[in-house]
Amino acid sequence: MTARHRLLLIAAAGLIGVLWPVLLPAYTIQMAELWLFIVFALTWDLVGGQMGYNSFGNVVFVGVGMYACAVVQVSILYSVSAYTAARGGGTEFVFPPDAYLTGLGLGLAAGAVAAVVVALCLGSLVLGMRGHYFAICTLGLGVAAGELAAGWDWLGAGAGMTAPPPPREIGDTNMLFYYMSLALAAVTFLGLGWLYRTRFVLAINAIRDDEDKAEAMGLDTTRIKVTAWAIGALFLGVAGGIYGNLKRFIDPTEVAFSGATVGVWMVLMAILGGKGTLWGPVIGAIVFQVTKEFFWTFLLGWQRVALGVLIVLIVVFFPQGILGWVRERFPERFGHTVEPDTVPAAAKDTVQ
Amino acid sequence: MSNISILFQAPPLALQLVIDGFLIGAIFALAAYGMALVWGVMNIINITQGEFVMLGGFVAVVLYEAGIHPLWGVPAAAAVLYAVGWLTYRAVIFRIVDRDLFTSLLATFGISIILQQLMNQVFGADVRIAEAGLGSWFFADGLVTISQIKVVGFFICLGMGGGLLLFLKRSRLGQAIRATAQNARAARVLGVDTDRVYATTYALNAAICGAAGALVAMAYTIHPYIGLPYTIRSFMIVVIAGLGNLAGVVVAGLGLGAAEYFAGFILGAQFQLAFVFLLLVVVLVVRSWRLAMKRQYLK
Repeated sequence: MTARHRLLLIAAAGLIGVLWPVLLPAYTIQMAELWLFIVFALTWDLVGGQMGYNSFGNVVFVGVGMYACAVVQVSILYSVSAYTAARGGGTEFVFPPDAYLTGLGLGLAAGAVAAVVVALCLGSLVLGMRGHYFAICTLGLGVAAGELAAGWDWLGAGAGMTAPPPPREIGDTNMLFYYMSLALAAVTFLGLGWLYRTRFVLAINAIRDDEDKAEAMGLDTTRIKVTAWAIGALFLGVAGGIYGNLKRFIDPTEVAFSGATVGVWMVLMAILGGKGTLWGPVIGAIVFQVTKEFFWTFLLGWQRVALGVLIVLIVVFFPQGILGWVRERFPERFGHTVEPDTVPAAAKDTVQ
Repeated sequence: MSNISILFQAPPLALQLVIDGFLIGAIFALAAYGMALVWGVMNIINITQGEFVMLGGFVAVVLYEAGIHPLWGVPAAAAVLYAVGWLTYRAVIFRIVDRDLFTSLLATFGISIILQQLMNQVFGADVRIAEAGLGSWFFADGLVTISQIKVVGFFICLGMGGGLLLFLKRSRLGQAIRATAQNARAARVLGVDTDRVYATTYALNAAICGAAGALVAMAYTIHPYIGLPYTIRSFMIVVIAGLGNLAGVVVAGLGLGAAEYFAGFILGAQFQLAFVFLLLVVVLVVRSWRLAMKRQYLK
């Protein structure tokens, strides 16, 4: 792919994105979800693919962003505890249009800030671990955050929290959230695309390849790791805020901090598309979202079982991902000369 | 937090918490022993561990609902889960034994989602129990209650742990398993069929977890989503004790059980699971700090 092809592809994706709700209004929500999934997969890949820190806990930032956004949205007009106590069903909680929009803006900002703060606090603690200890620790963090939210009465405890009801005057809020998701996905993609051309990506790739050597070369690995983790959290926090409003209902363990759905899906999307690439997570998210919607439509009740099967199949049989596979098949297209990895895996084993 | 003062005013309550904690801690330790076995022999961290416990519980529940005494569920669950473990190995696990740890983590996580959603689809998400019909003992004017099935379960756990230990130490297959754990390639060179060893180890682990699950269904409750906490507990216990440290596993298991009961009592039952998962994070953070302190820098 030359630079011109790439630009054309981005322009085409952008055009489809902008026109989608006009052309196929019935699928606006699914498409908005897809843009958010792209953000999830891209930010997972920043830490998991580029830095080699496979996290199961990025869903924490989604949940934190979701709750922070909803709390700020509510609190500019009402008391949060009264709102959650009424289970969101109270008709007395009315949000006039301008207050709603202000709240939404402030809420998304709060979501981003909260997620980054959480990432900075947790980062230096958690990122000192390596490999599977890190993976399981982050898995534990995700579930712990869900359990804490489910026990916290102020946030509605286990019954969850509804996002503030949008006022009628705004019109179709799905459109609003759709374009917000699209904008966020675009910013994330372009932002990470820029980041992947800076020295920073060399540093995190060095950490992935050999952390001890990277440190010996003089890299401040802890700071770099926490920075990458916080950049991911920034986008995830905003995405969480939008996702909560799109879903309308924030359940602590099923929506906000759901390790067994969104939490593992983002890993799957990045792997399916191809870890450690910019386009991989995007492609993975698209394929995954389409597959998921098919499962949801045609496998009534069994869709989650099917998704589990999909996870196992992809991880076991297709770990290199779509882009990795294409790269293996057509290396010339990517500007590689055909010689990488001529040493068979078995021979490598003996060398070591 | 006000519950702390209650504990000081009524010491028997603390005793009750310790006893209850130790009784369930034996089940944690048994599941953790299985996890350590698979981890040590196959270098796989089995996230499916908790789902095997859950499946074992459902075997006991099915027997109970069919009118059979659920204590029969312990051997039945072990047998059924041995088959499930064997099938899982033959279907998926043998493909990932030599792969990196993240692959096996994610693959076993996928299997756990399949099993959990399958059971949710077949049995529904309701909480179930298998009533063993045993009574309770009362001490200290009824302040301390010990349910007999929990005591029975405790001793069954001890017996199974001991049996497994004997099997590993004495039997021919047990020796092959230990040899594979020490060095798989050397074992292969010396004629050990490592594939069969792996299959047996994985199936054995599933069987242990299944038996533990049957006890959970009798002494506590069971539903399709209890798996992950058991996995996390097992992992935590193995990390605290270290691989191959049986005494450590027992102590850590009993200690975790007691700690959980105290946390549930002091913080409220709704935070008991949050405590387990936060404790995992704390344990891992402390571990990484201790490792970091061992590193030396040249000035």
